[in-house]
This record gives sequence, C-alpha cells and structure tokens, in this order.
Amino acid sequence: MADPTTGPTADPATDPAAALYRTVALVRGFEQRAVELVRAKVVPGGIHPYTGQEAIAAGTCAALRPDDVITSTHRGHGHVLAKGADPARTMAELAGRTTGLNRGRGGSMHAADFGVGVLGANAIVGAAVPIAAGAAWAFRRAGSDRVALSYFGDGAVSQGVVLEAFNLAALWRVPLVLVCENNGFATSMRTADTVAGSILGRAAAFGIPARTVDGTDPEAVRDATAEAVARARAGGGPTLLECTAYRFDAHHTWEHTARPRYRTDEEVAAGRARDPLEIQGARIPAATRAAIDAQVAELLDRAVRFACEGPHPDPATALDHLYATGMRARAGVR
Amino acid sequence: MPKLSYLKALNRAIGDEMDRDEAVCVFGEDVGVAVTHATAGLLKRFGPDRVLDTPISEQAFTGFATGAALAGLRPLIEFQIPALLFLVFEQIANQAHKFSLMTGGQTRVPVTYLLPGSGSRESWAGQHSDHPYSLFAHVGVKTVVPATPADAYGLLATAIRDDDPVVVFAPSGALGVREDLDPAALVPVPLGVGRIHRSGTDVTVVAVGHLVHDALAVAEELAGTVSVEVFDPRTLFPFDWSGLAASLERTGRLVVVDDSNRTCGIGGEIIATAAEEMRLIAPPRRVTRPDGAVLPFARELDLACQPTRAQLRAAVEKAVGAG
Repeated sequence: MADPTTGPTADPATDPAAALYRTVALVRGFEQRAVELVRAKVVPGGIHPYTGQEAIAAGTCAALRPDDVITSTHRGHGHVLAKGADPARTMAELAGRTTGLNRGRGGSMHAADFGVGVLGANAIVGAAVPIAAGAAWAFRRAGSDRVALSYFGDGAVSQGVVLEAFNLAALWRVPLVLVCENNGFATSMRTADTVAGSILGRAAAFGIPARTVDGTDPEAVRDATAEAVARARAGGGPTLLECTAYRFDAHHTWEHTARPRYRTDEEVAAGRARDPLEIQGARIPAATRAAIDAQVAELLDRAVRFACEGPHPDPATALDHLYATGMRARAGVR
Repeated sequence: MPKLSYLKALNRAIGDEMDRDEAVCVFGEDVGVAVTHATAGLLKRFGPDRVLDTPISEQAFTGFATGAALAGLRPLIEFQIPALLFLVFEQIANQAHKFSLMTGGQTRVPVTYLLPGSGSRESWAGQHSDHPYSLFAHVGVKTVVPATPADAYGLLATAIRDDDPVVVFAPSGALGVREDLDPAALVPVPLGVGRIHRSGTDVTVVAVGHLVHDALAVAEELAGTVSVEVFDPRTLFPFDWSGLAASLERTGRLVVVDDSNRTCGIGGEIIATAAEEMRLIAPPRRVTRPDGAVLPFARELDLACQPTRAQLRAAVEKAVGAG
C-alpha cells in the first residue's frame, strides 16, 4: 500500500477506504452544521448529535445493498445519510421545510427516506427493532434475499419490546442485523448503571450470535456487518453487533443551555481522542483526504443553503398525510 | 337461507380477503388452532407462511406487523382479549398510526387489529372485560364496532383493504348474533357510514356494537308510546356525523348508549358534537359504564357496570319527557 501521506489521490467511487472516510466526514460535517443551525434557530427543537459514532453508520451501510432497509433511532442523521439520503433534503427536514425528506412533518427524530431504504428514525427507544424484524420477514416471505438492519442504543437493551423482538427474530430466523450502538450513555445514565448482565448476554439468551466491534473503526464495523449480512441473506437469521463508541457531544443540543453534569471534561477529552474521522483519515492519502474534505464542505454549504431557502409549510396543510387513504380529520375549531 | 353467525362472518371475511390478496397474512396467539374461532381453518387453507402462531409477545408482534406492512404486506393481528390493547398502545397509537404523517406521506401501514370478544364476557373480571374503543377514536386510529353478522363481514373486509391501521372491535355480546343471509349478499361496508336499524320520529338512540340489539329491544318495548330511531354508527372513527345530523333533523332528541367508561368516552363526543352542530330540542342523555370502571368478577357486579335495557329505556323516556 502506498504511503498515505504522500501517495496518489484515491477516488472514493472506487476506493473503499476513501469511500468510508467520505461518509464519516459527511456525517461529521453534517452534524456540526446542524448544531450551528440549531443555535441560529433555523433548526427548531434541537438535535441529538451523532458525533463520535460516525464509524458505525458508515461501516454498517457500506455492507448493505441499496435495496436493503434500515430502521434508525432518535440519534439518526448518520444512519440516514450513510444509507444514501440526500444531505440537502435531510438538512431541510431538520429545518422543517417542505423541501425536506418528510416535507417537514418528521424532523430530526423521524427523518425517513423510503426511496433509499430508510424506514424512519424513531423517537421511542427500541420501538423500531420489531418493525425491522417484520420488514425482514416480509422480504424472506417474498422470496428475496434483502435484509433489514436495525440500529438501537445501549439504553434500548432494557426495553421489553426489544428482547421480545430478539426472540421473534431468532425463532423465525428472519434476515435481520441488530446493531447496538453502545456510546456509553443512556441520556445521562452510564451503561453499567442501566444494563444488568451484558449486551452480548442478551443475544446469547436467544441463541443469536453476537460480538463486540470497535465502533470507532469504520472498517472493523464494515467487515463485521458484512459477515452478519451474509449470514442473514443465506437464511442464518439475526446477528447482534455491539458497536462501542463514545458520544462526543451532548445527548441533545438542549444540554448546551441546561448543562447537566454527568461526565468530566477529562473523560470527554479522552473519548474524543479516539476519533473515527482521524482513524479512517489516516488510512487514505493526505491529498485524497483534503480533496474529500473540500468536496464534503461544498456539499454541506449547498445543503445548508438549500435548507434555509426551502419554503415553510402552509399551516393549512398541518394534517396532510395523516391518513394514507387521504381521509381528512375534523378541525379542532369549527 | 342459511343462518350466519357473527363469528363465522368474521372468519369468512378473513378467508375471502386472504383469497383475493396474497399480501394478507394473519398473526396472533393460537390462531393456528383458532382458539377464538375467528381464524378457524385458515392455517390449513393458507399455510404457515400466511397464518402465524406467535409467541406471547404482543408488543413485538404488533411492531413486527407494522414492519411487514411497511414492506408491502397487509397483516391482520388477532388479540384474544381487549386489555392487550393497553399493552400494545405504543405500537398502534404511537407507531403505526403516526407513520404516514411523520414520513410526510412516504408510506402506509395497512394493519388490521381484530378483537373478537371485546367487552364483558361471563365473569372474566378486571383484566379481560374492557372495551377500549374510545381510546382509539381519541387518538385518531380508525375504529370499527360492528353489530351484526353482515356488518361484521363487511366492515372487517373493508378494514383489511384499508391502507391505514384499523382496529375492529367485535363485542362479545354480539358474537352469538345470527342472521339469515345469502352468502352472495356479503359485501364490503364502507367506514364512516352509519346504519339506521329502525326508523322513528321522537328520539334518536345511538347505540354502539352489541348495544344496537338492546336499543332495538327497547324501541320495540316502547313502540306505540315513543317512536325510537336506532342509529348504529358502525365506525366510531371516522364517525358518520352527517348521518347523525340527518336523524336528529327528524327526531331532535338524542340518547347515546355506549359500553365504555363515561369520562372521555365516545358517548361524550357524540353528545358534544350534536350539541354544537345539530338540531336538539331536548337535553341529550347518555348511558355508559361508570367513570373509571373496572369490571368486578361476580356476575351481578359485572352487570351492574354495564349499560342495561332498563337504563336505556329510562333515558329515552326522560329525553322525550324533557322535550
């Protein structure tokens, strides 16, 4: 392999390491821009930043096909982008514009793009796991080899519905990849204070193969996911990957004002030292990295402009899409 | 003509819909042996890929059905007891119902939730006797409560074909109802269209589910003294407001009989809407379960909490007297 600091420029379109770096950089940059837009009050409501966990989204989605599907979490921008959603329309969704992925109806916590297999971020912890299992079962029943991948956090492994879904998925051998993003915290609670036993032990109880993966290393995540996906496609049923990482920023941008204290600056600095962006960046030529950084920055500049320029929805359309059949609800005041 | 029972009508609707659409599949506990009879014969007819016995994991298989629906299927879930709806309220009210709006119309969740045996059965006590249809109407989930075999068939068929989540409450008090029916006459019944079972000119009784039969009995008792119109909304959400308004144009008086708890029950909504928007010449009345009722075990206590014909008759007489 060429010396990454002096070697020739690699093309993300053909070089997997460069492609992974590009996704990590895109998600990192997107989150930073989104936080800025929260502070500028362009994005209402705030966001749950994904910084520090980008390798998980990038690595897992690199092992999926475009026709595979994912379900996501309330910290979902990284998954949505890595699966292929347009950054500009994703940012417009965060800003609540009609040009957003969900026409401004979902926002940060519900970003969905069925066109690229994103069955939605989900704001109820663990709720999407059985949904992904059901989609996976439908694929198998239709005779296809598509798979579903469900992201959930370490906090979700104490939700009953998640464990019930483990049972169903294992019992019926559905083509499902279970990705637990262990970022160390369920909001402010440390994993050790919320999980009795272990996350891998949860899977073992249902006979689901499980392993822990370094969730700061995009290539390690990709390779582990590829094995799990191959197993699912071959009819082997679900696999659990516990991907460990450290959440760099607040649970929610709200923390910037409320400032709850549940970790020290020293700890955060130590966590930030293991940075997926640097880990993957070191694997590609410096010139490639610089070229990707410039391209991503330009893409995100355009995304921010697109989001800011998008029209706000007409209040008269507030309940459009409430029913897929087009049924209209009665107004609250008549 | 053959007699068709309400339960057999439900069974026939599921089978007919599975025949006409490969995407229809059934999930539930003990649906293979058809403990409730609603799914009788379906496993043998359609196989285990379309009729799935689930573990006792209501929350997971309800969310699972949402996922299957997102991937193109049309699942029907059978719940053996209505109180399980409290357990899966998150999966229905907060997930399935919200997907269409939250995704900006990108998807649909055509799942049917069937409750064959909702409401009080003979002394099944606190956790098996609820009739929580008002909760679903409140959150805006399409909510259906058929009263007759033909409507049970027709409304369930429509629910299965509907692109939104629909909860179908089959009251235990109606399961034994039989009708002389030509099977060829069984057709889908649209949601949101009420049915007048008996015409009258003095008072409109809105009766929900099995209480339609009680209302008809009371109307018969009062025939000659009071002319009672019996209006069966059939679906509580959407509700046939124009049908009710037309009935009140004729009668001007309203009594609602509703087997759910009084506070925030559907009966309150029917009366409020009528008071705001329709012709009333006398104060409306309602007959319901008590506030916050939990059905006690002993038969006489269970019955004491349910609307009775005597209560309905008294309410009708008061409504007419007050006019």
